[in-house]
Amino acid sequence: MDILKTTQLCKSFGETHAVDHVDFTVAAGEVLALIGSNGAGKTTLINLISGLIPPDSGRIEFQGTEITRASIHQKIELGIARSFQLVNLFDQLSVHDNVSLAIFSREGRTRRLFSLADADTAVRDEAVAVLKQFGLDGRTGAPAGGLSQGERKLLDVAVAYALRPKLLFLDEPTSGVSTREKAPIMDIITQVVRSGGITAVIVEHDMDVVFTYCPRIVAMHQGAILADGTPDQIRNHPQVTANLLGAQTV
Amino acid sequence: MKAMTGPPRRVLAWSAPALLALIVLPFVVPPYQTVLLSYGLVLAIAALGFNLLLGYTGLLSFGHSAYFGMGAYAVAFIVKYLKFESMEAFLLGGILASGAVAALFGLLCVRYTKIFFGILTMALSQVLWSLAFKFFWVTGGSDGLRVPTPTLLGGFVRAGSDKFEFLSHRYYFYVLAVFVVCVAVMWVIVHSPFGKALQAIRDNETRAEFVGVQVWHYRWVAFLISGIFTGLAGALWVPLNGLTTPDILHWTFSGKMVFFTVLGGFQTFFGPIVGAIIFNYLETYAVGHTVYWQMVLGIVLVVLVLALPAGIVGTLRRLGLRATKAT
Amino acid sequence: MDTLVVHVLNALLYASVMFLIAGGLSLIYGVMRIVNLAHGNLYAFGAYVTAWAVGRALGDATEASFWMYALLPVGALAAAALGAVLEPTLLRPLYRRAEEYQLLITFGLLLILEDVMRLIWGPYPLQASALYEGLGSLTFGDSIYPTYNLVVIVIGGVAAAGLWAFVYRTQFGVVLRATSQNMRMAAALGVNVNRVYVQAFTLGCFMAGLGGSVIVPQQGAVLGMGVDALILAFVVVVIGGLGSLEGALIGALMVGFVREAGITFFPEIELAVLYLMAAAVLMIRPAGILGRA
Repeated sequence: MDILKTTQLCKSFGETHAVDHVDFTVAAGEVLALIGSNGAGKTTLINLISGLIPPDSGRIEFQGTEITRASIHQKIELGIARSFQLVNLFDQLSVHDNVSLAIFSREGRTRRLFSLADADTAVRDEAVAVLKQFGLDGRTGAPAGGLSQGERKLLDVAVAYALRPKLLFLDEPTSGVSTREKAPIMDIITQVVRSGGITAVIVEHDMDVVFTYCPRIVAMHQGAILADGTPDQIRNHPQVTANLLGAQTV
Repeated sequence: MKAMTGPPRRVLAWSAPALLALIVLPFVVPPYQTVLLSYGLVLAIAALGFNLLLGYTGLLSFGHSAYFGMGAYAVAFIVKYLKFESMEAFLLGGILASGAVAALFGLLCVRYTKIFFGILTMALSQVLWSLAFKFFWVTGGSDGLRVPTPTLLGGFVRAGSDKFEFLSHRYYFYVLAVFVVCVAVMWVIVHSPFGKALQAIRDNETRAEFVGVQVWHYRWVAFLISGIFTGLAGALWVPLNGLTTPDILHWTFSGKMVFFTVLGGFQTFFGPIVGAIIFNYLETYAVGHTVYWQMVLGIVLVVLVLALPAGIVGTLRRLGLRATKAT
Repeated sequence: MDTLVVHVLNALLYASVMFLIAGGLSLIYGVMRIVNLAHGNLYAFGAYVTAWAVGRALGDATEASFWMYALLPVGALAAAALGAVLEPTLLRPLYRRAEEYQLLITFGLLLILEDVMRLIWGPYPLQASALYEGLGSLTFGDSIYPTYNLVVIVIGGVAAAGLWAFVYRTQFGVVLRATSQNMRMAAALGVNVNRVYVQAFTLGCFMAGLGGSVIVPQQGAVLGMGVDALILAFVVVVIGGLGSLEGALIGALMVGFVREAGITFFPEIELAVLYLMAAAVLMIRPAGILGRA
């Protein structure tokens, strides 16, 4: 069953066709990588699907329901979440509160004005559990703005994960992080995603990460999908190697 | 992570003696001082409301005089047209009037942030101010409307012949009680899941949206609550002042609210309360010394922003933290 | 027909002044991404200084000599000088901080300037009407129209053209636009960004001061004129877009005409009409026609 399907999705900014008639499908439970050089349209595609910007034309369907012009809020309710390329956190709130807010929101409890947030032990316990999964349980009281880049990237994903989405977009989860930190981060992410049965689309530039962690790779170039297949297929795809990977001596 | 089911012990440690001092005050100081502090407590309630928007939601309003004024004029209209004299009616009227205006203005304003929000709030409060002059047969124009001393607790407590004694004792305790209730309610609100959502919106509007918090809705509710607290303060203020005039609708009064909130420290819960009370004393004692009152406020505000952005309470808290780390 | 011409001219007069004020605000924002809440007070300051200078020049005389018209720019120059002092001292320390602090400090500045003007010139309005009357009026058809107003309209037009030429045709204008589009890149290319900032700010303040200087013979200088001007300048930039000079021109024209219509048909609520218009426009047009948010 396809969890996500876009049909002839288009978005232009002036003269630039950022997303050019894209047909993109994702099966439930998949973990796939979205690769492409800068300006290929990866982040724009995610922005369109997650609801940050409206498409010019085309169709987006989630679990069979049309969501082309749905609001961000509606999409989150349906089960779509995302992390961000440039880390987007609530810097003055604690690590714990960043995650617990997502949980409160998911449960519809952010409407509550007259109960103390810290008194809700169920939410608190779940937040601690999520942070533990992400290896952040040692820093729960610290303000999010004070964490290292690697920790912030993980927290960004943790907040999205705490929404218990069905489909999770991860926009460059290891960018800005040192090479030796990348593997641990990706290990955590793939572990969390698999155990939760979450479908994950990961935008990545680091090809080692892509080839190691993603059984399916979709390559974009100048707004269109160039190639779609397994790591081996992508590695040997002539246009991909020419445009993205450089000439490879295997 | 500290487990909090109520205010942390540190806060209770100093707020309990402070409250005790406030209760004992009328019996140890001259009546004039008690009445003066009443004004301070009233401004503190307004500051609490104002800071829900600034410190917790990240919206700097330059038009909060609109809600204070609506609260005050609602009281005046209740006296003039309904002939009621009950303080409870005044409070209810103040809440309804300021709430209605805040609901309407909020709908208009919360789509914007930063400078556009600020100017829009200023413009809207100026509309009210100019209307207070234009419809002078209703509002009393620049002369304003007089308000007699109210009855408290549903008519149970009356002023009697000595108005000043009433204000410095019975009315003071009434204001103090309302103040304590307001502090408690606002404390719960900012520490509630809703309060966390507001802070998230303040820190990162986009991410808040992507966590499922509909930013405009939450801002509007914050705006409404903020307006109601400020309007409540306006309603409490009028009997103290005996009179309401268009001055309290003017942007200069909004400016004072901005000033004392920043003075106390808008990034803390108690900062605005402290700032309001201190400002009240500053204003009372300095007014006699200079006509260039606005300039003094402006200079202090500039100095605060450049040198002491955390305000009084914020700076004290930082110094306190540093001291505990050193020991 | 004649009254229509008079209304059009009045609208253009108002638009001229609004363009100067709002154009200055937009220029500063376009280059530095700062909004100065005290901008309206620089307009007021220009008005007061010019009125004062004219008053001193007149002495006891009631009729203006021709040379006194040369005093008009004095207010603009004073406002520019003030701006040149304010930017490095009060604004530069805050560029890296949250925008709230910018608003707070410029609000503090607004309060200070209001009382400085009261301190120097007292609470009563200051007039320079001798300059206004000195040019007489023109007759056309059944109407007469003050010549001075036409001069202001011309000045507004010249300022618009001059500013456009300055920004788009001079070396400095290139530097200005480069810095506004990408400050870091400009700095990397060797532009002295601090100097560009203070120059842009000074120019913006000059324009606001010029607006005050040219209008003061017609309406006098009065306390509180700064804040009213600020709110209306915002209406203009909201219509035309914050950061766009062309937008400031379009917005000023629209505001001028709408205000003239408002005063003509609803004279009794003029003050409220202007603020309502400000609020209405702010709600309908958040980013403006030509602006960048």
